[in-house]
Amino acid sequence: MLHNLSAGALSPLAATLATAHGAGAGSAASVHEAVAPFHFTMPEVGPGFALLILVFPILASVLCGVFAALGVKSKLPAWTSVALLGAGFVTTLMVARTVLESNAPLVVHGFDWINVSWGTAPGQTLTANFSLYIDLLTVLWMLFVTGLATLIALYSSEYMAGDRGYARFFGFFSLFVFMMSCLVMGDSLLLLYLGWEGVGLCSYLLIGFIYQKPSAAAAAKKAFIVNRIGDLGLALGVMLAFTQFGSLEYKEIFRQVAEIQAAAAHGEAVPWSIRAIPLLLMVGAFGKSAQLPLYVWLPDAMEGPTPVSALIHAATMVTAGVYLIARFLPVFELNPVALNTVAWIGGLTAFFAATIGMATFDIKRVMAYSTISQLGYMFLGLGVLSSAGAANHVLTHAFFKATLFLACGSVMHGFAGQLDLRKLSGLIHVRGWKVVSYSMLVGCLCLAGFPLTSGFFSKDMIIAESFVSDGFGASFLGLLALLTAGMTAYYTFRVFFRVFVGPVEFHAGDEHHDGDGHGDDGHAFHPHAPGWAINLVLALLSLGALAASIPYLMMLFGASEDGWITGLVDHSTAAATHVTVGVDHGATFLGANPHMIMYYVSGGIALVGIWIAWMLHLKGRTEAATSPLAEEAARALGPIPVWAQNKWCVDEFYDFLFRKPLWFMAHVFYFIDALLVDGIVNLFGWLPKAIGGSLRPSQSGFLQSYAVGMTGGLALLLVIVWIVS
Amino acid sequence: MSATLGPLLDPVLAIAPLADVTLYHYLVVSAAMFSLGIIGFLTRRNMIVMFLCTELMFQGAGLALIAFGRYWMDHTGEVFVIFVLTIAAAEAALALALVVLLYRKKGSLDAEAWAQLRG
Repeated sequence: MLHNLSAGALSPLAATLATAHGAGAGSAASVHEAVAPFHFTMPEVGPGFALLILVFPILASVLCGVFAALGVKSKLPAWTSVALLGAGFVTTLMVARTVLESNAPLVVHGFDWINVSWGTAPGQTLTANFSLYIDLLTVLWMLFVTGLATLIALYSSEYMAGDRGYARFFGFFSLFVFMMSCLVMGDSLLLLYLGWEGVGLCSYLLIGFIYQKPSAAAAAKKAFIVNRIGDLGLALGVMLAFTQFGSLEYKEIFRQVAEIQAAAAHGEAVPWSIRAIPLLLMVGAFGKSAQLPLYVWLPDAMEGPTPVSALIHAATMVTAGVYLIARFLPVFELNPVALNTVAWIGGLTAFFAATIGMATFDIKRVMAYSTISQLGYMFLGLGVLSSAGAANHVLTHAFFKATLFLACGSVMHGFAGQLDLRKLSGLIHVRGWKVVSYSMLVGCLCLAGFPLTSGFFSKDMIIAESFVSDGFGASFLGLLALLTAGMTAYYTFRVFFRVFVGPVEFHAGDEHHDGDGHGDDGHAFHPHAPGWAINLVLALLSLGALAASIPYLMMLFGASEDGWITGLVDHSTAAATHVTVGVDHGATFLGANPHMIMYYVSGGIALVGIWIAWMLHLKGRTEAATSPLAEEAARALGPIPVWAQNKWCVDEFYDFLFRKPLWFMAHVFYFIDALLVDGIVNLFGWLPKAIGGSLRPSQSGFLQSYAVGMTGGLALLLVIVWIVS
Repeated sequence: MSATLGPLLDPVLAIAPLADVTLYHYLVVSAAMFSLGIIGFLTRRNMIVMFLCTELMFQGAGLALIAFGRYWMDHTGEVFVIFVLTIAAAEAALALALVVLLYRKKGSLDAEAWAQLRG
């Protein structure tokens, strides 16, 4: 079936474009069926149509580059990007329908890319075509990547207005969507790697978008360099996979992995070289998805424009690590050590980032730490083999975190860069900020895991699964995740209660847009409320975040057996083969089925977290310093809040551990270079000079001294001849 | 002994008869001329004198060639000297022109005035 499909798509773009244009025309449909002789329920969408998902964003990127070169000042780049990215989303929807109906992975051959052969034996040919492998996991990712990209591009059209690099921004933005699509849809590890590095590049370009600002330039470099560490692991993993499987194409890898799994089931040992592959791949995932110990770049990445934070650093790029592990879950299942490491790193990251998030005052950074924390949940989910839980959380998180970031971004935009939650209050009562505030409330409820919201369900799947997993210490990680859920609820609503409700009070930041009427000329500060584009996007996203819980509610009330996301994941390579998710394994939590009781436990914990935030940051705000509860809490915690506020000095620790020794070594090498290497090189320069200098006097320039030399030489010759003869 | 070369040379011939003049004598004269040329070239600073000294060396060498030619009863040496003389004439014209030019530049015939090629 697969082969038929790819064979039928040999010149897919031309053929299927024709079919697409002739949708409804019977002749086009019959032509298509003649090419691909298999049952195909949507004749107007051929498999090669999927390539358009890649064509649209790269076209938008090129066009925006042209606009930037031409110095276009209007909003043309924004509308071009929104239109083309929207077209990409529509195409994704059509492809998604095709894949869902055919219920088989769609393999689309784009063009021959790399085909190198240095022998005839297996493993001596490297074939990496520009081809797409679209299964249900890919579809899930592509749906929210293209959908959110379109919405956030629309948001950016207003948010970035007036920026000098308006066209440049949309060029990078669309390039990112292209690269992310390559990453998710590629049919081989090499194409995944191309996309992986491509999104890293776009992330670098967009974090450092305001490159005149030293902190932004430094943050961009930090993100790029920290990701090098992870990418080294991924590159080694790809190479090892090639040496072991003799191919980089998913089909071939998964075929061989299935054989190895079957052999392992008969008690055959899995070779260590295969078991090392997931260990290397997960290093790459930790880097890209900002997990311990490589998370340090993500909080700094908030220097980039907020739409970038929302799309790249919250919803899509940082989930690439989750995608990688989910895609290669069969390989990870071959090595329990790798799975346990993923689970532990995820659980610890979730907790660790939440502690910092509780103490940070910059609302955008609170969101950044919560992203790290939520990504930790997803890794925990993968580690306990609940790939469905992880994928669920990726999708719900993409929606509510994008909402949260964009709401924070509107605040930053309207209040001249003010992000300190101590200096903003009661925005919901300010004219024109209703949509932002209610969107923020929706996002906060989802992130906090308020009962019956989407974040609540997806997080519960992961926590419950960690209690039934037989992984090393999984129950402890489950308890840690429960504690983290409470902390998440607390820090989320700390932001909401501080900034959006309570008495109206605000101080402007120090960034002023050109011509927005609130300069430093002594006038009272007037925040400028967001326009229709921002409000529309926020409304749509918060509705999406709310609607994401509908499948879970249907599941809860028995209207469907499992959520559609779980269905998607279970029919892809990410399906965990060892365990069946959602079935009682006999494991219990407090003597009950963990999947059922977790709804009450985690819901209760979330409510407690919100209640504490309410007590400390809304009810007791004015007398927070003197209230007995706050004093009691402060005494119990001791210096911990200050440490957390200083981010546990991790940056300083890395500075001491890596940067300082490197700095010292660099100076040592500098001296070695200056003395030894340069010494040798300079010696070779000095030698001819010294020899020449010693011979210099002979070239006196006087005619007769040369004549004396000639005569003397002649005489010497004669004497020699005389002696010899 | 029959030949007389005139009153001026006859006393000389009386001391050293012409028949006794051998190749050896010619070569001694030739070497003396050449050495005098070298000594003059090395010791004098006047460019015209130095040039004359080189001519002296030339003629010393030419004399040796003729002497050898006569000794072997072969005209090659004589022919060679005629060629050399012709070329030396042309070369003399060139060299004197150069000396004139050099003199015009510095107002002096001293060879030591020219040492621009010192290393």
